[in-house]
Amino acid sequence: MINWKVILSIAKTHLLTKMKSTVTAALGVTFGIGAYITLVSFMTGLNGLLDGLVLNRTPHIHLYNEIEPSKKQPIALFDDFENAFNVVHSIRPKQSQKKIHNALPILNYLKNDEAVKGAVPQVQAQIFYISGSIELGGNLIGIDVMEEVRLSNFQDYIVEGTPEALKNNDNGILLGAGLAKKMSLEPGDRVQISTIAGDIFPLTIMGIYQSGLAEVDNIQSYVNLKTTQRILGEAENYITDINIKLWNMDKAVPMAREMEQQFDIKATDIKEANAQFETGSSIRNMITYAVSITLLIVAGFGIYNILNMLIYEKMKDIAILKATGFSGRDVQFIFLSQAMLIGIVGGILGLLIGFGLSVLIDNAPFETEALPTIKTFPVNYNALYYVIGIIFALISTFIAGYLPANKAKKIDPVRIIRGT
Amino acid sequence: MKLVLETKNINKHFYKPKDFHVLKDVTFGVEEGEFASIMGKSGSGKSTLLYILSTMDTDYTGELYLNNTLITGKHHQELSVIRNKNIGFVFQFHYLLSEFSVIENVMLPAKKLAEKSHSEIKHDAHEKLKMLHIEHLAEQRASRISGGEKQRVAIARALINNPTILMGDEPTGNLDSHNSENVFDIFKRLKEEVGLSLLVVTHDEDFAKRTDRIIEMEDGHILS
Repeated sequence: MINWKVILSIAKTHLLTKMKSTVTAALGVTFGIGAYITLVSFMTGLNGLLDGLVLNRTPHIHLYNEIEPSKKQPIALFDDFENAFNVVHSIRPKQSQKKIHNALPILNYLKNDEAVKGAVPQVQAQIFYISGSIELGGNLIGIDVMEEVRLSNFQDYIVEGTPEALKNNDNGILLGAGLAKKMSLEPGDRVQISTIAGDIFPLTIMGIYQSGLAEVDNIQSYVNLKTTQRILGEAENYITDINIKLWNMDKAVPMAREMEQQFDIKATDIKEANAQFETGSSIRNMITYAVSITLLIVAGFGIYNILNMLIYEKMKDIAILKATGFSGRDVQFIFLSQAMLIGIVGGILGLLIGFGLSVLIDNAPFETEALPTIKTFPVNYNALYYVIGIIFALISTFIAGYLPANKAKKIDPVRIIRGT
Repeated sequence: MKLVLETKNINKHFYKPKDFHVLKDVTFGVEEGEFASIMGKSGSGKSTLLYILSTMDTDYTGELYLNNTLITGKHHQELSVIRNKNIGFVFQFHYLLSEFSVIENVMLPAKKLAEKSHSEIKHDAHEKLKMLHIEHLAEQRASRISGGEKQRVAIARALINNPTILMGDEPTGNLDSHNSENVFDIFKRLKEEVGLSLLVVTHDEDFAKRTDRIIEMEDGHILS
């Protein structure tokens, strides 16, 4: 039977009378945990941002018609040359259409698939921007604006204007930031578009689009799906690309292969498109944990040292406690609970400091071309990290306290009292 | 008379630095309400014997009985409970917990025993302090009082759980004659008023002569 009230009151008295060492030990834990929380919040925030950069812009699966030479040349179908050695020179891609065959039924089918979060059609067109006597080559992408907003955070890259404004104007265009600068155009101005066929269309600038990648912003602009179809003189079923977002990104690879089979179409999955991006995240996480664990180990040694010293100082007290009927286990718990109290107080303070620093970082200005809507550093306030932090603190202080406490348990009171 | 404490053929060796037979077939008993003292030269084994009797030292052969129950061979955990409940101990140096107040020092063994409520324990502690005429020191820090007062606080602490026997290892060894006299009077009064059994190791011949019985030790034997 352990009398916790007595044990805790003795532990408390020891800690309070040794305020300086207690504070030093607790601060060690505080800094360890505080640094962990700050680091992990900031790092995962940054990871989330960078992942988002890639993930939001890249569809999980991208369906399109690729122009490529036929894998099976006609001669292979001719029985007479079946066993001959055939050489075909100057293979050219076969004449095929850019549009996806049966795009609308495919879209309908995908939208009903439970694994699919959304599928958006796009029409890509090669055009020229005409401003006065200048002609600039570029891309025009027709999109379903509100679906893009829902699935790819499209609005984050609109630096001027709103997605709704584009949606409501069939003659509107979201001009790339680089283009707008080159042609000194502003929202409200008009820009003329010329197709490869030579037809010219005037469009009103509803906003400016900035992806952060200069080579994109210098050539690319967005209009409504219907506008592109009209400019190209094509019907409503003319769709060149389908971008698919899944609920679960891990399914992208098998589903892309499946769609290639099913729709006889080229399907690229996100892993193929961005093979290296996961590596970066996991290495950043590793660094965060390595630094935090190092800090906690240092804090743990601090606690170990201070408790060890305390036990040497309290040798006589330990002897007298044992002589008056406290068992070895009671004494062990007295010192162990001191370590745990240091861990709890230091850990909670650490969480608060970590939270405070996170808030500070969260409000620190951070402006980058790549992310026009981000004004401050990204921070991830995930409660899980706070739980891990306090568990870390308790485990490390327990280990640091266990060894000295075990020593106190084994002290022979007779030797101390007799002074041998 | 009933024996509160009894030993049968207790032998003990020290093995460091070399084998030394410190207690040789020690057999004796302390009766209920008896005030006995152990005398002997340095190295005669009297303190060693006392620490075996106190149950703190378990490294011996032979048998030790407290209230006719065999103590030898019990687990450390049980021994600390026995010590807590049945044995009061006073050392040459007071050994109070210096960060605690006088009253907290006295209350500590009773809190550990946890048989009474906090207020009852506090009341008991005040009673013990009053009996030893140091009630006015109750709220002082243990490190702030004089040596004689500290020893009296240590006695109060030894008495808080109303033990069967009070043991002393030269309880007056570090005190001046006035305070020694004081401690002796307290012991005497405890024997007469409470009927407590006492066993005190001492060098002080005047002190020993006034006890009920002197147990003389030499070279690990009991002479008388």
